[in-house]
Formats: sequence, structure tokens, C-alpha cells
Amino acid sequence: MSSMNRREFLQMLAAASVAGVALDSRPLLAAENGDALYDMPKFGNVRFMHFTDCHAQLLPIWFREPSVNLGIGAALGKAPHLVGEHLLKAFGIKPGTREAHAFTYLDFAQAAKTYGKVGGFAHLATLVKRLRAQRPDALLLDGGDTWQGSATALWSKGQDMVDACKLLGVDMMSAHWEFTLGDKRVQEIVEKDLKGHIDFLAQNVKTTDFGDPVFPPYAMREMNGVSVAVIGQAFPYTPIANPRYMMADWTFGIQDENMQKMVNEVRAKGAKVVIVLSHNGMDVDLKMASRVTGVDAIMGGHTHDGVPQPIIVKNSGGQTLVTNAGSNGKFLAVLDFDVRGGKVQDFRYKLLPIFSNLLPADTQMAAYIEKIRTPHKQKLEEQLAVTEGLLYRRGNFNGSWDQLILDALMEVKGADIGFSPGFRWGTTLLPGTAITFEHLMDQTAITYPYATLNEMKGERVKEVLEDIADNLYNPDPYYQQGGDMVRVGGMSYTCDPNAKAGRRISDMRLGGKPIMAEKTYKVAGWAPVDPAATGEPVWDVVAGWLKDKKTISARKVNDPKLTGMKGNPGIA
Amino acid sequence: MEMNVTRRTVLRGAGSLGALSALIAAGVLKPTAAFAAEWNKAAFEAQDTTGVLKGLGAGTPGEHKGLILKVPDIAENGAVVPVDVVSTIPNTVSIAILVEKNPLPLSAHFDFANGALPEAAVRLKLGQTSLVKAVVKADGKFYIAQKEVKVTVGGCGG
Repeated sequence: MSSMNRREFLQMLAAASVAGVALDSRPLLAAENGDALYDMPKFGNVRFMHFTDCHAQLLPIWFREPSVNLGIGAALGKAPHLVGEHLLKAFGIKPGTREAHAFTYLDFAQAAKTYGKVGGFAHLATLVKRLRAQRPDALLLDGGDTWQGSATALWSKGQDMVDACKLLGVDMMSAHWEFTLGDKRVQEIVEKDLKGHIDFLAQNVKTTDFGDPVFPPYAMREMNGVSVAVIGQAFPYTPIANPRYMMADWTFGIQDENMQKMVNEVRAKGAKVVIVLSHNGMDVDLKMASRVTGVDAIMGGHTHDGVPQPIIVKNSGGQTLVTNAGSNGKFLAVLDFDVRGGKVQDFRYKLLPIFSNLLPADTQMAAYIEKIRTPHKQKLEEQLAVTEGLLYRRGNFNGSWDQLILDALMEVKGADIGFSPGFRWGTTLLPGTAITFEHLMDQTAITYPYATLNEMKGERVKEVLEDIADNLYNPDPYYQQGGDMVRVGGMSYTCDPNAKAGRRISDMRLGGKPIMAEKTYKVAGWAPVDPAATGEPVWDVVAGWLKDKKTISARKVNDPKLTGMKGNPGIA
Repeated sequence: MEMNVTRRTVLRGAGSLGALSALIAAGVLKPTAAFAAEWNKAAFEAQDTTGVLKGLGAGTPGEHKGLILKVPDIAENGAVVPVDVVSTIPNTVSIAILVEKNPLPLSAHFDFANGALPEAAVRLKLGQTSLVKAVVKADGKFYIAQKEVKVTVGGCGG
């Protein structure tokens, strides 16, 4: 600090105020009644609200942000690859505050007790209504991963979420996990339920035979006399990350070129504001923003990054804002534009955490949620065990929830090694609380839940780990898939994220002994993408194990040893 | 949409045909025109890209912005990877498509006569992550474009 001269200090202050940062804690303390936290001064003439990746969480939950979210190559040290104090510092958020709790894992269990649960559609509905009262024609955008992630969404084939979104007043959406309900079910919902209510947009989903568009690429609206366009971008790697047979006749991909064509088309039709509603994942969005011109903002999801402020990306046509709005219903993003003289002059952005004790439940939405839960209540609330430790999933390599699933799978199946997919959804449970069947479904509710036991040679185990590590750490975001690393039980290994594809994984050991390339190992897992795979649903395997144990001690989380990551602000 | 359905029905009725066969069936390409070109044994049997380029007589081709190679970044299905090559380089007479890591890298070779539009769309099998290369000949010179296509085990996303 002593070396900082007065000019630098003033520049820093200026930068902080541009970023909308509170330089003292009073506004945050005053926010206890919610008014200051949710106060959005009226700005400009166009407003977009955005939530994404709620994963069918209708009720308030806890969600611990990651302590490991490594940035590699050009992404090193930049949002969204900042965790804990590094994130707070980069965005000027005061440690120990409500906001710091919303955006980081720091002191999670204690802070969660202090500030209460987050999200919940009834509380979100209250905030949406408040913001709409200010700007009645504001558009509400849903980035997708909405119809999957809970027991009731799975059992109703997405219907509970479709109806909740209509009640919430969603205007437009894109998608990813929605497709795992199967192409026919998606089309049925789009045609029967969404028509006239919600535009389902995807410029990058085409038929595999002729390349015909499956869904409308964009929608246009008038807002305050300003023509605005929203272009949808579905998750480009859906048929790779999820079972391809579920959407066999459709092809995806990033499709930059077609995106540019769509932008040019809506501009030619008079759009003064162009938004891309994206499920690319933030790293892909940042690259896309540097290549596609004429987009005012890419409002993104998929990677579940709660990024407090937009990243401004310069490109040959000007600049594009890139945002990411977190997950599990924890946040609502608000983006206001001042549009004059036929173009965007300025903007304001806030990523608002939904604290359920600061926002009263909307009675209509609360009644709807109660109605859909009532027939299932007994099953949902069945207590399976009590956890002594904090159970969470999110993080690049492992989480205590996944460790629990791995421990259960390996023990029940008699496996040497366990694999659990690197999903980024799944809620958090505080120490000393009951694990209900509903909580278990929050981690496992998918349409291909089969628990498997396979014999794999050591060399195949390495191939799988290398392949998935490259999906996470390829220096080119267009080759990344946006999930986390497969969680590994029973086996230790070393990972060097900076190494080239095929060389990141080393020193694989089982019980201290090196894994041998030619030796066969028993590997338990779940969520196979192979159409021929079958097995007991993973929730039944884990529920049985939990009921048997009754009390679950804090899990010893099996993380790999990392090489070359010292000083990386993407790790605690 | 109605027209698309009809297109699909027509093709289905004609049997499961590949893209090239479909064009032949539709009379766009005459079988003789498609297959009469001389079989370049040296190029097709070469086991590495250097051998293929030698077989084609391509030497060390340079890049050209008129040569556009469209492939996915990550293959949705390694068994049928869509590859599309268009050349706007004047007097393009041939397009060759290579998959570097395949046992026999040269996958397809097209000759274009009498000002035919030099575009080729094929679906290729990739055994593993590989560079895909397009080599065209125009006015006696060769040009190359290449891009990596990743083939992955899948699963574990988002």
C-alpha cells in the first residue's frame, strides 16, 4: 500500500465505483431487511432478468461455491477461475459479509447458519415481481438446466418445472439437461406447454440428416419502443456429455458462423439490443464474444459460475458483456441498458443473491409448489441418515457428497475403484442435519441413473481420466465441455492440468501400489452414456447404504495431488 | 417443415444411402463422373500424411483463406464425423480430405471438372482425436487447411 501513490489510489476508487462496489459495509448491514440489497435504481430503458441452471430446485437450499476452480492457459487468474478471497478481492466484495457468503465457500457452514437458505421459486417470484413493477416489459430469460435436478422434476418428466416457469413468467429459454428427457418429450413440451408463453430458442440445434433448424434461433420484442433480440444457444456438447441416443436425430456444436449470421439477421431486422442466452459455459462464452461481433451481452450459464460483474470482451465490432449467473436458483441477474440514438450507450448489472429470509415467499408460487409436492411428501421427506460433516458437490476434482456416493457404490458393489461423474449441480447439506431421500435425489436425479460395475484394465482407467481431464483443462475453451473432473474413489493419482492431453495423469495407485496397465480392476460407477447399459438406480444403492449406516461421519475427500498449480487463484 | 418431411420420406424410400450415393440417386452426379477419375494408389495407400501429400504430388502446400474446412471441435460420434470443404480459390480442380491419425489418412479425393462448384461434404470415421486436413489443387498449386477434431469417451458433463 505504501508504494501506491495518490493517483493510483484514486484510480482504484474510480474502478471500484464503476464496478458498483460498496466501499464500506453499511449498505450491506442495512440490507438486512432486503431493501438495500435488492434496490435497483432505475436506469436506462431496457431490462433483462436472467437465471440459469436452477436444476429444478423449487425450494430454498444451500449451495456451497467451489474452493477449486482452476484456470489454465489464458484463463489463469481470471474470472470465473477465482475462488474464495481471490474472488472477493477481484470484485471488491468485503469479507465476512452476506455478499461474500453468496459468492464464495468461505466459512461456509457457519455463514450458512447466519444468513439462511438461498433460492426457491416462491422467493425468486417475489423478486421478479418487484423488478417487473419497476419495468413492466422487462424480459425474464432462463438459460436452461431447469427441467432436471430434483425428484419431482424427474417423476413428472419436467412438468413441475415447466408449469413453475410459466407461473414465474419466463419469456425465453435455452437448454441442456432438458434434452435428457428425450427429444420427443422436449418437442411435446415445446408444442403443448410453451407455445404462446415461452420461446424455446437454440440457433445451434439442427437435424443430423439435412441440418434443418429444430427450434427457432431467436425471438424479437419491443421494449419501451426499443427493438431487442434474444438468440438462444443450447449446450453445444449435449450429445457427448449426455447419452446421444436421447437426442439421436439432432446435432449440436458451437456454430459461431451461424451465430454471426443470426446476429446480422436480427440487426438487419432492426434490433438495437442483441442478447445471446447461452448454455455454452463461461470460458466458451468469453471466446465466442471475441469472435462474434454485434452482440451486446452473452448471458451465460452451464459452468455454474456466480460472477458478480460482467467481463467486458473487446472484439472487432466493439465490445460484448459476458455474464454467468450461478446455479440452483441462488441468483437472479439484472441487466439494464440505456439505449439511445439506435444503440446501447451504457449498462448496469447486478447479480442478486436470493436470500429466502430477506424475500417473502410469493403466495401463489408457494401454493403451486406445495400442490406438486403433496402427493410425494412421504417419499421425499423419508430420512435416510444423519450427516456429521458438510456435504457439498461443486469443485474441480471432488466434493464430500460425491465421496459419499463413491464410498457407498464401492462398498455395495465390492469395487476396487469408484467413478462418479463431474456434475456441477447438487445442493449442500450442513453438518448435523438429516439426509432425506429428496436430498439424495438432488444429487442423482437423471434419466440414466444406472449403477454399474465394470472390469477395466489399468490403461483404460488412465485413458478415461486423461480424456475427462482434457474436457476440463484443454487450453482452448472450444474443446472443453464445462463439467468437472470425474470423481475418483479408492485410487490416488497426480494431475498436472498444464500438461498436454494424454499426459496430465500420473502416479495412479491403489492401496499404495501402482496401477498396472495390463491388470484388470473392478470399477463401480453410475450415469453411463452407453445405450446398452442397465443397472439399479444409483439412488437405491446409496439409500440402502445410508439407511444401513444411519450416521455418516465426515467424509475423507479423495482429491488428486496437483502439479504446477501453486499460486493459482482458482484454488483455496 | 412439410417439405423437409417429404425429403426425408423420399430418401428413406430409396434405402439407407450415404450422402454421396444420395446425390447420385438424385442425378446430381453421374456415377461415371464420380468414379471414373483415376485411382491414386500411392496416395490412398500411404500410411502417413507426408506419404499422402507425396502421392498427390502436393509438396508442402501453403494456406489460403479461400479454402474453408468445416469440422466439429468435438465429434458427437467418432464413427460419423461431418467434414465439409469449400474452396473459393479460382480454378480449383480437386479436394482431398485427410485424417492424420487414421491408419490410412487419405479418406476421400474429389475431382471437379468444367467449373463444378468445389465443395465436398463427407462423414468420416475417426478412431481417435486427430487433425483433419483438406488439400486442394488450383491452377497447378496446392493449398491446405487443417483443424483438430477431438474424439472423447463422453459423459460427465455439466
